[in-house]
Amino acid sequence: MDFFDNHTKLFGAAFLLFLVLTVFVALVPAINNEKNNAPLPGFQPLSDDAVKGKALFVANGCVACHTQQVRNVDMDKMWGQRPSVAPDYAANERTDLWRNTATLMGTERTGPDLTSIGTRQPSKEWNLVHLFNPRIVVKESIMPAYPWLFEVKKEPSQEDVIVTVPERYVKEGGILVAKKEALQLVAYLLSLKQTELPGGAPPNGMVSTFLYKKETKEGSEETSANPGPDGSALYATHCQACHQPTGEGLKGAFPALKGSEIVVNDNPELMLNIIINGYDAREEFGVMPAIGKNAELKPDEIAAIMNHERTSWGNNARKLSGQEVSKLMDAIKQLPNQ
Amino acid sequence: MSGLLVPKDERGLITHVAHHAALPFVARKKSAQVRPKIDPELARLILWYIGCATFWLVFGTTVGEYVGIKFVAPDVDEVSWLSFGRLRPVHTNAVFWGWASLAMLGLGHYVVPRVSNTQLFSTKLGWYALVLINVTVFSGTLCLMAGINNGGGEYREYIWPVMLPFAIGLVLTLYNFVKTIANRTTKEIYISNWYIVASIIFGITITVVAYLPFWQNGLGETIIQGYYMHQGVGMWFMLFTLGIVYYFLPQQLNKPIYSYSLGILAFWAQILFYTTIGTHHFVFSSIAWWLQTVAIVGSAGMIIPVVAGTTNFVMTFKGAWFKVPDSYTLPFFLTGIVFYFTGSLQGTAEAFRSTNLLWHFTDFTVAHSHLTMYGIICFFLWAGIYAVLPRLTGLEPPQITVGVHFWLALIGLLFYTIPLMYGSTLRGLMWMEGKPFIDSVIFMAPFWLWRAIGGSLMWLSHLFFAYNMYHMIVSSVVIDIRETAFEAIVQENND
Repeated sequence: MDFFDNHTKLFGAAFLLFLVLTVFVALVPAINNEKNNAPLPGFQPLSDDAVKGKALFVANGCVACHTQQVRNVDMDKMWGQRPSVAPDYAANERTDLWRNTATLMGTERTGPDLTSIGTRQPSKEWNLVHLFNPRIVVKESIMPAYPWLFEVKKEPSQEDVIVTVPERYVKEGGILVAKKEALQLVAYLLSLKQTELPGGAPPNGMVSTFLYKKETKEGSEETSANPGPDGSALYATHCQACHQPTGEGLKGAFPALKGSEIVVNDNPELMLNIIINGYDAREEFGVMPAIGKNAELKPDEIAAIMNHERTSWGNNARKLSGQEVSKLMDAIKQLPNQ
Repeated sequence: MSGLLVPKDERGLITHVAHHAALPFVARKKSAQVRPKIDPELARLILWYIGCATFWLVFGTTVGEYVGIKFVAPDVDEVSWLSFGRLRPVHTNAVFWGWASLAMLGLGHYVVPRVSNTQLFSTKLGWYALVLINVTVFSGTLCLMAGINNGGGEYREYIWPVMLPFAIGLVLTLYNFVKTIANRTTKEIYISNWYIVASIIFGITITVVAYLPFWQNGLGETIIQGYYMHQGVGMWFMLFTLGIVYYFLPQQLNKPIYSYSLGILAFWAQILFYTTIGTHHFVFSSIAWWLQTVAIVGSAGMIIPVVAGTTNFVMTFKGAWFKVPDSYTLPFFLTGIVFYFTGSLQGTAEAFRSTNLLWHFTDFTVAHSHLTMYGIICFFLWAGIYAVLPRLTGLEPPQITVGVHFWLALIGLLFYTIPLMYGSTLRGLMWMEGKPFIDSVIFMAPFWLWRAIGGSLMWLSHLFFAYNMYHMIVSSVVIDIRETAFEAIVQENND
C-alpha cells in the first residue's frame, strides 16, 4: 500500500494513534484528577519535621517495599479503617524544581502498608529502635537497618534523644542517640494516619466499602467446629512487635506481659481498657496505641488475644468468654475517654 | 624430505599441524556465514554501543545480585549508599537504560540502514547519542546512591536533569534513523523499521509525558506513573526488540518471515491495546474505577498482538527446525519467543481483578518482570548480538562459552522465577486469609533464597557473555583464511 511506503505518513499515523490514546488514558484522567480533587476537611498538613522526614523516606527508597494505599478489598482491612480515596493524595504536590510529586502509593508490599502506621504504631521509641535495626524488635524482619541515622555518644546532652537498644549493638561505654534525621523520619511515619471522612461517607462516586469479603459459611456444623478467632495469630499481628513473641517485652522500652500484674489479674477490666483505648501513663515505656479501637477488634477477637496472653509464657489466669468481654466493653464505652 | 634443507612450508602443512585433536566435548555448531564487510566506521560505533551495554549489564546485575542477597542477609552491610532502597532502582535503571537500551540501539544502528539498503545517515549522531545515554546512566547511578531521586515512581527514579541527556540521545537517534529511512533505496519500509522507529517515537513521548510537571499532582502522579512504567516496558523495549527479531530471525533461518501481514496486525494491535493498560498496576486503588476497567480490557486485548507475533515467528521456523541444533544464535531466539508468548500472557492473566487479589503487591510481579525483561528482551538481544558481531569483526566467540552463557541464563531464570511465583501465590493466599503479616515474611524466606541462587547463575552467565564479547572484539588469534589469502595474492601481484 502506498500509505505504508511513505515514512512520514506511516510514522505520523503511528504517533498520532499513540498520542490520542495517551491523551485519553493518561493526560485527561490525570488533569481531571488534579482539578477535581481536594484534601478532606479534617486533613492535617505535614509538620516541617515530617516534610523533611518524607524527603528521607523518598531518598532511601522506602517505597520499594512499603505501599501507602488501602485497597477497597477485604484483605486490606488490616491496613486502615477505610479504603483510600483520591482526596487522601490530593495534598501531594511537586516536591521542588528537581523532583516530582511523591504520592508514594507503591506497587510492592514486601513490608507492611504504611497508610496508617501512625495510628497502628504511635510509639516514637519503638519506631526509633526499629529504624536503628528492625531485628531488635522483629526478629524475622528483613528490613534494612538505618544505623547512619543514629550516632553513639559518650555523654549525650540534655536535648539528645536516647535510644535504648541491647548492649551488643553499641560499642562499649557509648550511648545511642537519634540524629535529627531519624527524628524527622519518625515524625513523618507518625503523621501517617487516615483522615476521617466527613460524616463517615466518601465523596460521590468513590468506593468506600471493602469488596470481596470472605464468605462466612452458615452451616451449623461449620460453626460448631469453628474454635473462634486464633489468639496467637492476633497477638502476632497486633501485639508482638513490642511485647515480643516471648511476652517479655523489651527492657526499657516495652513492658513484659509475662507475669504482669495487669495481665494475670482476675479482674480483666484494666487490661481490656488498655487494649481498647491504649496506654501512656508510664514514662519509662513507649506509648501503647488504642489497638482495639484502631483495628475495630470484635469482642471475641479481643477475648482470644487476652486469653492468649493470660495463659502463655507461664501466665495462668482464668480464660474469658467473648460474652464477658462484650459486656465489659459496653461498660468501658460509658467511661470518659482518658 | 631427507635433505638438510629446511622444507619450504608456505601453507603451514608441516608447521601448523595440530598434534592433539581436541575431544569433541560438545557438539560443534555451524560458523557464522561470511558476509560482505560493512562500513568500518559504523562497525566501530555498533561495537561501542554493545560494549557499553555489556558493561552496564554486568554492573547492573551485580547490583541486582547484591540486592537479592539482602533478602537473605539484611545486615550484610550498613553503608547508606548501599542500602536496599537506594540500590534497587540503581539495578533496574542500569539494566533498563544502560544495558537493554544501548544494546537495542546498537543493533538498531545495524538493522535500520541494512533493511533500507543504504548507508546510515550520520555515524556522528550515533556517537553523540551513545555518549549522552552513558552520561545519564552514570550520573543517575551516582544520584540514586547519594539519595537523590525523583519521588519513587518506578523507572523514573532519575531526576529530570539526569534523564534529559537520555531524551536528547533518543531525539538524535530518531532523526538519524528517519533520515536514513528517507534515503532508502527500497520502495517499501521493511517491518523492522516500523517497530524500531515507532518505539523511539513512543519512548520520547512517554519520557516527555512522565517528566513534564503539569499533570503530576495528587493521583495524577500515579496515573502517569502507571502509564509511563508500562509503556516503557511495552512500547520502548518490546517494540524495538521485536523490530530486531523481524530482521535477524529470518536472516538466521535464511528464509523470509512467515507473514508480513501478521507483523502489521501485531504492530497496530500493540499500539491500540498496550497504550491503555498502565493503570492495571493500580487495580483497587483510588484511581477511577472506569480507568482500571479500561486497563484490564486492554490487557486482555494484548492477546491479539502476542498471538499474532508468536505465530509469525514460530511459523517462520517451520521447515527449518533442523537448523536450531546447528546454530548458536537460534536457541536464544527460540527461548525469547517462548517467553514472549508465556510471559506476555502471564501479564494478561495478572491484570484481572480476581487475580489481583492474589498476586498484587507480592513478588509475583518481580518474577513476571524478570520473565519478560530477561526472558524476552535479554534473550532476543543476545541472539542479535551473537548474530551481528561476527559480521562486524570477523571473529566468533568460543562456542562452548556461548553454550555456558545460554544454559546458565536459562536455568538461572527458571530457578529465580518459578519458586518466586509459587511462594508469592501462597503468600497472597495467606494475606487473603488474614494471617499475621510477619508470618508471610517468614514463609517467603526459602523462596527468596532460591531467587538469590537463580540470580547468581544469571549473573555468572553475564560474565561468560562478557568473555564472549571480548573474544568477538579483541582476540586476533583466529586468522581469516580468505582475507589472508587475498592479501597474499595482492602482495604477490605487487611483487
